[in-house]
Amino acid sequence: MYAYDELDRTLINERVSEFRDQVKRRLSGELTEDEFKMLRLQNGVYLQLHAYMFRVAIPYGTLSSEQLRRLAHVARRYDRGYGHFTTRQNIQFNWIKLAELPDALADLAEVGIHAMQTSGNNTRNVTSDQWAGVAPGEIEDPRIWSELLRQYTTLHPEFSFLPRKFKFAITASEHDRAAIKVHDIGLRLHRNAAGETGFEVLVGGGLGRTPFIGKTIKPFVHGHDLLSYVESILRVYNQYGRRDNIYKARIKILVHELGIEKFAQEVEEEWLQMRDSALAIDDSVIEDLRSRFSYPAYEKLPHMPDELKKAAHDPHFEAWRKNSVFPHKVPGYAIVTLSLKPVGGPPGDATADQMDAIADLADKYSFGEIRVGHEQNLALPHVARRDLPVLWKALDKIGVATPNVNLVSDIIACPGLDYCSLANARSIPIAQELTRRFANHETANLIGRLHINISGCINACGHHHVGHIGILGVEKNGEEFYQITIGGRADEKAEVGTLIGPAVPYAEVADVIEDIVEAYLALRARPDELFIDTVKRLGVEPFRERVYATR
Amino acid sequence: MPLVKHGKVTTDTFVHVADDAEIPGDGAILISAARFLEDAEGLSGRVGRTGVIWPNNRDVDDLVRYLDRLAVVALVFPTFRDGRAYSQARLLRERHGFKGELRATGQVLRDQFVFMLRAGFDAFEVKKDSDAEAFATTVKHYSVFYQPTGDGRITALHRRMQLRHSESAGQ
Repeated sequence: MYAYDELDRTLINERVSEFRDQVKRRLSGELTEDEFKMLRLQNGVYLQLHAYMFRVAIPYGTLSSEQLRRLAHVARRYDRGYGHFTTRQNIQFNWIKLAELPDALADLAEVGIHAMQTSGNNTRNVTSDQWAGVAPGEIEDPRIWSELLRQYTTLHPEFSFLPRKFKFAITASEHDRAAIKVHDIGLRLHRNAAGETGFEVLVGGGLGRTPFIGKTIKPFVHGHDLLSYVESILRVYNQYGRRDNIYKARIKILVHELGIEKFAQEVEEEWLQMRDSALAIDDSVIEDLRSRFSYPAYEKLPHMPDELKKAAHDPHFEAWRKNSVFPHKVPGYAIVTLSLKPVGGPPGDATADQMDAIADLADKYSFGEIRVGHEQNLALPHVARRDLPVLWKALDKIGVATPNVNLVSDIIACPGLDYCSLANARSIPIAQELTRRFANHETANLIGRLHINISGCINACGHHHVGHIGILGVEKNGEEFYQITIGGRADEKAEVGTLIGPAVPYAEVADVIEDIVEAYLALRARPDELFIDTVKRLGVEPFRERVYATR
Repeated sequence: MPLVKHGKVTTDTFVHVADDAEIPGDGAILISAARFLEDAEGLSGRVGRTGVIWPNNRDVDDLVRYLDRLAVVALVFPTFRDGRAYSQARLLRERHGFKGELRATGQVLRDQFVFMLRAGFDAFEVKKDSDAEAFATTVKHYSVFYQPTGDGRITALHRRMQLRHSESAGQ
């Protein structure tokens, strides 16, 4: 965990009081809605279909139990008793009153949580691997660098009014859990031949109306140069990114229009003029940041304790353990994913009571730490393996032990037309219906790893382009239709999915997905050939045939 | 539109001269970039002080060689959502060493004052009287800054390092 110091605390308190003044000026009419809009967006406040929506940042997906309890408090005190975890390590509250927002922010600030730049045309919450610091084989903890970037991007005087939103993601593992290739800047931490820490920098990835996979702009930027290099990218983008059309304003379009070579050259020229500026980071700065992260005092524990051997006789426990428990870098410990995808539930939602209970369990079994992943699930990152059986019972009791992690019912979905003013179609009821269709655990296990992503409009908050199966809601003559893509993925082999055919009406979506899955089961070469690999091998055609033969 | 300089509302001594109006030989004037570039050598050598309103979609490199003869560079925020002039301001101050008045014009609201100061602006044509009057209190709102810019404010990272050094020196 990163511990805020007096400076961090002062800054977020100053931000809260500034926002309190902005709200006051809006309520008194001194600010017009147009003027206020940008100011509230800078602080994560959207006006949605029914109410204001409030998006709170969970930088690089790390929460303390105290922070999670405070999120529960906000859900209870200012909202309707629940929150929604998003695909970018944020939590959203859907029923906030504008006049109460400054108080909610002040409550959050007390535990070092903020909503700065969770929307608006600025640098958004810096996201990272939810297993950072605990994943086996990780090069080093990427959260040190994420925190460096969090501070650097917070209230940046030059880049708070960019052409469009701007998202960073960082990974330090071979397997990319942070989806860095679909971010404006993706950073892959690695070491050069001299053993120095640096980053492969990718630029111009993003989804939305025009999806692009990020391109490598520089294979190795030394850690010392990270901020100056990032500032060069942002400066080129701030000056030359398009501002005439919001659909062409993301950096991906600038990179595409200039070409990566030309864009890289512009950045390089800018960078050479400032790499030795005050932005150069020396090791002592990194060490100072590192020293403010605390790590658990792990015990020496057995890999296969008696408790675990005993529990192995319970098939329900075993089903959960095989699905939701992952290897930890320290022997005797495990990473436990908490599924926020119960059968029939809206993906990513948690009630205030669940949040409180999870915070208590984190205190008891995970050194007080909780993680949030882009798949809209939570994780307890440091669980002693001997505690798994008792933890499972507790998690099951509060409804977060559905053994469907990475399976077909572990669906990523945006809020869709049930909440969002941008949406063309509903997302949540589609997800709910699919979880019911695939509720049988044996069937889901037989199908194996399969990611379904649902977006209620072209803005792609549900990342449908990079779902193994992507579902995109569109509107046709006042009715909800859905385009289906297959073959997308968001990891280190990121790819944009391919459309399988004409859009289908709302009522047929679940049938179509079942057809696709059945086709896969019939077509796969071996039981362990994953859906995504079968699509890669055979292409879209056999799936298209199956789906449209009878439609 | 009130002008804020040195932290308070002040009288603008510069006269905006339209592109089709005659340029006086003396007296302080502000003219458009297009007008200025028609006769940059002549205009930057005139007796009176000269300022240029530089658009936010034109590279400041084109202005660099005249900077030491210009009293004012006015940068433009067509709407406060358009942040290109922040980059121009920092380049003029930090890279090209411009020492004259750097003026923010256009849709300038109090909520941008701190960003603008940090980017190097020192004069502000503020849209609303109430914002202009609130200047002095608004800019005191923040005491912690994460990024180094040319304004000389010490960043949080450096304050921490100073603190570390003084702690270790005391041991």
